[in-house]
Amino acid sequence: MLNIHCPCCGVTAEETEFHAHGEAHLKRFGPGSTDDQFESYLFMRKNPKGVHFERWRHQNGCGKWFHVARCTMTLEVFGSYSAQTYVPPQDIIDKIQHRRPDWSAEAPAP
Amino acid sequence: MSTRLATPGRLTDQSKPLNFSFNGKTMRGYAGDTLASALLANDQMLVGRSFKYHRPRGIVASGPEEPNALVNLGEEGRFEPNQRVTTTELFEGLTAASQNHWPTLEFDVGAINKHLSRFLPAGFYYKMFMYPRAFWKHVYEPVIRHSAGLGKAPKARDEDTYEHFYSFCDVLVVGGGVAGLQAALTAARAGARVILFEQSDHWGGRAPVDGGIINGGPVDQYVEETLAALKSMDNVEMRLRIMGAGVYDHGYALGYERLSDHTPGAAGPRHRLWRVRAAQIITATGAIERPLSFAGNDIPGVMLASAVRDYVVNYGVSIGDRTVVVTNNDNAYLTAIALKHAGLDVPVILDARVLPEDRGLVEQAKALGIRVMMGHAISSVKGGKRVTGVNICAQAGEGAVLEEIACDAVAMSGGWSPVVHLWSHCGGKLRWDTTHACFSPDVDNPPKGADGMGFVTPAGAASGMFALDDVLHDAHAAAEGVVTCLDMKLPKGVSAPVAERREESPMAAVWMMPQGASAKLREKSWLDYQNDVKVSDVRLAAQEGFVSVEHAKRYTTLGMATDQGKLSNINGLATLAGAMDKDIPSVGTTTFRPPYHPISLASIAGEAKDHVFQPIRRTPLQDWHDANGAEYEPVGHWRRPYAFKRGSETTHDAVMREVTNTREKLGLLDASTLGKLIVKGPDAGKFLDMMYTNMMSTLKPGKCRYGLMCNENGFLIDDGVVARIDEDTWLCHTTTGGAETIHAHMEEWLQTEWWDWQVYVANVTEQYAQVAVVGPNARKALEKLGGMDVSKEALGFMEWVDGTLGGFNVRIYRISFSGELSYEIAVDASHGRAFWDALMAVGADLGAMPYGTECLHILRAEKGFIMIGDETDGTVIPQDLGLGWAISKKKEDYLGKRAQERSHMTDPNRWKLVGLETVDGSTLPDGAYAVAEGTNENGQRNTQGRVTSTYHSPTLGKGIAMGLIHNGPDRMGEVVTFPGTDGKDYKAKIVNPVFYDADGEKQNV
Amino acid sequence: MSEPMTALKGASDTSGIATVTELGPRGMITLRGDLTAKPVVKAAVAAGGVTLPERGHCATEGKGGIAWMSPDELLILCDYATVSDRIADLHSKLAKHHALAVNVSDARAVFQVTGPYAREVIAKLAPVDMHPDQFNGTMFRRTRIAQVPAAFWMPDGDTVQIICFRSVAQYVFDVLNMAAQDGSEVGVF
Repeated sequence: MLNIHCPCCGVTAEETEFHAHGEAHLKRFGPGSTDDQFESYLFMRKNPKGVHFERWRHQNGCGKWFHVARCTMTLEVFGSYSAQTYVPPQDIIDKIQHRRPDWSAEAPAP
Repeated sequence: MSTRLATPGRLTDQSKPLNFSFNGKTMRGYAGDTLASALLANDQMLVGRSFKYHRPRGIVASGPEEPNALVNLGEEGRFEPNQRVTTTELFEGLTAASQNHWPTLEFDVGAINKHLSRFLPAGFYYKMFMYPRAFWKHVYEPVIRHSAGLGKAPKARDEDTYEHFYSFCDVLVVGGGVAGLQAALTAARAGARVILFEQSDHWGGRAPVDGGIINGGPVDQYVEETLAALKSMDNVEMRLRIMGAGVYDHGYALGYERLSDHTPGAAGPRHRLWRVRAAQIITATGAIERPLSFAGNDIPGVMLASAVRDYVVNYGVSIGDRTVVVTNNDNAYLTAIALKHAGLDVPVILDARVLPEDRGLVEQAKALGIRVMMGHAISSVKGGKRVTGVNICAQAGEGAVLEEIACDAVAMSGGWSPVVHLWSHCGGKLRWDTTHACFSPDVDNPPKGADGMGFVTPAGAASGMFALDDVLHDAHAAAEGVVTCLDMKLPKGVSAPVAERREESPMAAVWMMPQGASAKLREKSWLDYQNDVKVSDVRLAAQEGFVSVEHAKRYTTLGMATDQGKLSNINGLATLAGAMDKDIPSVGTTTFRPPYHPISLASIAGEAKDHVFQPIRRTPLQDWHDANGAEYEPVGHWRRPYAFKRGSETTHDAVMREVTNTREKLGLLDASTLGKLIVKGPDAGKFLDMMYTNMMSTLKPGKCRYGLMCNENGFLIDDGVVARIDEDTWLCHTTTGGAETIHAHMEEWLQTEWWDWQVYVANVTEQYAQVAVVGPNARKALEKLGGMDVSKEALGFMEWVDGTLGGFNVRIYRISFSGELSYEIAVDASHGRAFWDALMAVGADLGAMPYGTECLHILRAEKGFIMIGDETDGTVIPQDLGLGWAISKKKEDYLGKRAQERSHMTDPNRWKLVGLETVDGSTLPDGAYAVAEGTNENGQRNTQGRVTSTYHSPTLGKGIAMGLIHNGPDRMGEVVTFPGTDGKDYKAKIVNPVFYDADGEKQNV
Repeated sequence: MSEPMTALKGASDTSGIATVTELGPRGMITLRGDLTAKPVVKAAVAAGGVTLPERGHCATEGKGGIAWMSPDELLILCDYATVSDRIADLHSKLAKHHALAVNVSDARAVFQVTGPYAREVIAKLAPVDMHPDQFNGTMFRRTRIAQVPAAFWMPDGDTVQIICFRSVAQYVFDVLNMAAQDGSEVGVF
């Protein structure tokens, strides 16, 4: 069972206080988007073996959403950060690159 | 025979005798005994039967690795099957019974299987029961069910309670032997917060039995001094009777504490499951001795050499007068020496090795006059329910008998395997140690934690160190390494204790005895005692192509018994490797999974049983419902009254009465469970326009509007009435089940997508008791309470107002889910019950009756109102339900809008909502499908719709239903057929879903 | 208006290793707003009668107090009878600011666990390190009690006060008493 840090209230607690909500940094496509764009936004989720960015909610705590960067293989956690951002912050990227020299960040959607 | 010696054991207290019973026979033991040692002291060697062949089984081990001695323990509410006698502490009045035999332990009909063993090889069940097919149900299964299973299932409810305990530490040390004690002490001296678990009821592990000198004194003295040092430190928590059950991700570990297994009925919980989060874990879990594979090694009286030693030294129990020791290592000589010192006879030590010189223990044994036969082995053990002798052969040969020796016990040792379970649970890798012929932790590949670094360190025998001095040094070093990871330092001058080293000769890997054992001998050489897997079975599996260790395990059931192969795995692997001509490391091991040793399911449930199995939510009016005949139905974690039964009426009668009374007079509904969310801010209108399909920003303060919510996939997820409170505040009602999820849904969009929008949401669901006052007399009731104007002019349909009713501060919403004149009144929850009582009082003359959720459903169905969860199932869009009017055409965007533009959503051929009326007035079966002509590609009947809600309407005196029908609204008057599961065909006419008061005159008065 | 009635009418159980009592009714106001904005802080301080606590803490004095709930949410504690006045005051002080103040007094239940084993009772139900070195002073923790969300703080070393939703008051009372059952001392704190 994972141990998760909530950057909003500062609490580090076991997974039972939290709820995972899937991939982070999705770009919403609404009316006017093409079928491909909409399909990709709604259904196409990354499922990497390795570094992944996820949305979590501190459900039995402060109730806030935040993002976690972690390795889906080893469950290593690189860090938690604000949900109010379109791309992972540089310090998180740096931490991942330090731990996973082979990993490179894809060009994230604006 | 096995018996109690005059010399007391280390752990038993002869001044405290205890009475117990086994299979109804009264026996006596002492405080400090395990059930195993007490049974042996009473010459009860035979304790059960094996699973498959029903072979007589005796005690083999002295710890949790015991595969044979499982008993039904206790009675009634404290009855539990499959309890190991070796881990059961004796207490006054203990009752135990042997299992897996019929009719008696001594005479077991099932034992016929052993004569059939030639016909019951590995994979027998898979092969035999395949054909003929029909035999499975009528012949094989009943027979197998009768004979399968070890213990009996308990019949009475568990009388005990259980709990969890959340615990946190820097270093968790599992195992209270000398390695664990030393590791804990070293870690504690560096200032770490340490928790130390020991599974048994005493400290020190097996080192005191094996003897030795630490820091110039005996082991017991070292243990005492270390314990005293640990107890004096505030940063150490030490617990006995608690087993490290499992190690999981990110330093999570489970400890299984048995609080009152040895004092049944004592106050407090029986088991406590420790949920530990440790920064670092040290596994000082020791090692387990392996049996040797020789013919007849399962006959009662054949025991692990270490266990024989434990029973003599710890409990003062001899397992036999004449014990033959058979070994491939020095360690077993300790047993011979211990027996000799206890005045017992050791006719011979059979040592499979040929050593160049006599050193250390070999020399000592010889000096005591014990006959040692090097290069010799057991060809076969003689005896049925008890060992009577052994046939001796050369280890190098095929088993030709050289000599026969009478004995009543055999002490065997095939070497030691480190207990690597906890190390392995979370991914620690293993390496093959050729010197000791065992798998031990590969310390370069530990389980990794949240920071990607190792968090488990093995110590002592668990890491493959077997000499006392090595064990202590390793434990100290392990702890030092661990505290370094925690950025702590040992004070200067703290070092490992020093133990005297024994001269030792290397062990020899012996997987088969004798080396060239014939097929006949191999068929009597057991690997897994509980599941009856023999050397011959594993070889057969290899021969039949089950060469993967995981496949061979499942095919033969090796290691699949309740002991999970603690004794058998390595011998089985080695046998498999031998059969395939491979080396052991390349065959690999099966996966080690938690728990290390079985734990009670109740301990996993913890406090969650009986009335607190799950949280039941109660409204402020629930006490009244309890006292007034409410029959409940679960709605999420709430229990809502389904109907309020009166006198002897049936539930159906009560529902019919409630519907009629509400339509004709006055009904009161506890609507407190409906979700209530306050949405406020400069951007709240814009936000709600995105949340709902309707336009909410244009709603005027004081007004209400029914709204629909879809998810981004376009499907309808919730509905409810929205009231605009003031310029920038709205109150959104959700369904009962939606209060928390819709709150979370709103917060999710606000926090992760539109975080720059100025909107706050608060869930105020439970702040209010909400009562729906429904029916022609509703206004009269409110007027009788008095305090505010509730006339049509002052409070029109779909309006709300704050005021005072009968002295209560209320907010009244004039909304209707029934088609009747209706007021939903919210009052602070702390005044809810008083308000309800006041309403019932003024309503008495007006025919007021409470009604439940089934009445609510019928009232709404008569009006054709949809219900989330009935008309919707996650695949239905508002357009399917004739709710196009609630979808704003003006808005550029709302959640679900883009999805609803997809071709499948706009397809004119979707199933759409209609009313259904049976031709004969009966009630349609719920969920029934309407059939269409022809069949689909799978040969199944085509369908054209289904029933979503169906009731008997007392108002209309007939069955009414709603359903989704292909092109339904265009097919009014058509009759469709619904085959029921009862075999009947139900015919129903497609009609308008509004069955009652289609013009809405009644609700608008 | 009737006398306000708490969910369990002040139920109490003294039979175990700690005393479990339902408190209340207690005035509680959820205040959401920018906690770095001076007017919001000033209004909160006036309503709670204490200074603004740090993240993860609460400040209490008599029946008044403020608990830090999240980066944009405070829970203001006060006398139950004064809630509507305080909300009206908050509304007027914050009329020109984006903020939300709502009465949640009736939506909650408040419990007190007292005795030398109070910490252990909580540690059986909440995944929180209750060691005195780790949980102390004015710390305020939102977490779960068994299967439901709850928050607690320790007015003193032997007392825990717990806030949960009103609908699960009976459940929380029952699990607290189960955790406090006679003979269940762990003996670690």
